[in-house]
Amino acid sequence: MRRVRSTALHLTSIAVGAAIVVPIVFGVLGGFKDNGQLFNSPFGLPDPWILGNYTDVLGSEMFWRQMGNSFGVALATTALVVIVAAMAAFVFARYSFPGREGVFTLFAVGLMFPFAVAILPLFVLLRSMGLLDNPLGVILPQAAFGLPVTIIILRSFFRSIPAEVEESAVLDGCSPFGFFWRILLPMARPAIATVSVLAIVGSWNNFLLPLIVFNDSEWWTLPLGVRQFQTQYSTDTARVLAYVTLAMVPSLAFYAIAERHLISGLTSGLGKG
Amino acid sequence: MRPSGAEPPRRRRDWRTIILFLAPALVMFGLLVLTPIVVAAYASFFNWNGFGTPTNFIGLDNFRRLIADEIFLGDLERTLLLIALSVAVQLPVALALAMLLNQPLRGRRVYRMLFFAPYVLSEVVTAILFTMIFSPNQGLANHVTRLIGLGDLGAVWLADTSTVMYSVFLVISWKYFGFHTILYLAGRQGIPAELHEAAALDGAGPWHAFRYVTLPLLGPTIRVSVFLSILGTIQLFDMVWVLTGGGPIRASETLAITMFQEGFKRFHVGYASAISMVIFLLSLLFGLLYQRFVLRRDLQGAITTMGDQR
Repeated sequence: MRRVRSTALHLTSIAVGAAIVVPIVFGVLGGFKDNGQLFNSPFGLPDPWILGNYTDVLGSEMFWRQMGNSFGVALATTALVVIVAAMAAFVFARYSFPGREGVFTLFAVGLMFPFAVAILPLFVLLRSMGLLDNPLGVILPQAAFGLPVTIIILRSFFRSIPAEVEESAVLDGCSPFGFFWRILLPMARPAIATVSVLAIVGSWNNFLLPLIVFNDSEWWTLPLGVRQFQTQYSTDTARVLAYVTLAMVPSLAFYAIAERHLISGLTSGLGKG
Repeated sequence: MRPSGAEPPRRRRDWRTIILFLAPALVMFGLLVLTPIVVAAYASFFNWNGFGTPTNFIGLDNFRRLIADEIFLGDLERTLLLIALSVAVQLPVALALAMLLNQPLRGRRVYRMLFFAPYVLSEVVTAILFTMIFSPNQGLANHVTRLIGLGDLGAVWLADTSTVMYSVFLVISWKYFGFHTILYLAGRQGIPAELHEAAALDGAGPWHAFRYVTLPLLGPTIRVSVFLSILGTIQLFDMVWVLTGGGPIRASETLAITMFQEGFKRFHVGYASAISMVIFLLSLLFGLLYQRFVLRRDLQGAITTMGDQR
């Protein structure tokens, strides 16, 4: 009985795991096929293995530029949102002043504000500020929309640092900024790693905002590039699969490294207070 | 649940520090989040093409037009359909899988990592991958249905108005069920083992232990997960935009897609702003009501008053 149950558990897990893996493997292998092979045997191994699709993408300047743009935008967004949110979270966590909860609630309600609501006026605003086709036009709004979740997670972490730490720092002549910069931030490294991972993933995957801000292909990030490539080569499925696969690599690699932080961020940050 | 930290004694209010530290966040949030929302609200009362300042005030006409617009009503209907499917199918499956991963099972860590992996892929990449999979000729999906003896049942997938929403739902589930599984798993692991031991001593079988111990104690987690799922569905854009562009013949448009089409393709910015406001009000209203009636008893507020304890 026990064995039957355990076998059933294994079979279910394997089936679900396969449902996840098969589409991804389909993409990876598909990139090694030509369209005739894709048509005849979407399941099977490529025969012969065709490297051209991958080498073409890897040899194209566009692909690497998009990768670089995605990196740059993600890093800048993350640095900005983490620093600005940490400063605010510090005040929310460790100072009491009238109106504090009101202001904090304003940020927290921001969790429910989707990009989609603000995108039209945001476009008009960015246009009037001359930020279209400028990476700042993506970085600044992304950071602003990332503030709520970052502030919430950091605040709850800052609160968990005992008041005695701050008292003794102040007794030793530490200014508020000195305490924040030299003591609080280093102590909060795990929480900062968590919010950084959330910000990086969010920025890396963002589509709607770069879509309206970047008209010039020089600035395109990977999601825009993949989308454009798909439209351009809509009949050449194998080539698109190669591009999609290569675009997945950074995400999956990053996931392999940062899985723990991502999960702790999602479960502790959104799940509980 | 309550952060263990103590309110630090802060006898004198150091306004200089408070303002200095809060200002950057307030300016960014105010300028780039709140202002656009207010502007959208304002623009929704105008007939405006997005250039210059709106001058042609038409009151509630945009909203009157909306409630007579079949596409918009269809958007609402489709949103409801996706919400119903998520809550009735995707989340229960995610819960079942979380319970499974909570068992002593060899390779459990690997499965957990696997189930959650699609969450990190962008919606665009996921959607393109599945466009290929659903492709009628070269796609994987039809080979699978043929393989398991369903013939060409699914030959159309994204191309047929009657199946497109279910195909979209399939892709959404593929990407997001792992996220909910992880949430549930974390919740399940937060339940002290003694409770299940006590239940077993009292003669509760697995089902009873689940029904009367696990499920009630998972309540808060489940409610948050339902919340996030519904909110995400109201705002759905990227995935559908890339999968179908809202087609065929607008059969899979979401609110955000209709807004995008009207605003950025047809330059009906006033009308599109009205749709934005509907998305905003739906999210806010749903969020606040849910918070007020469903989440309130669970925690010291998850969203609006997260950790609000003075």
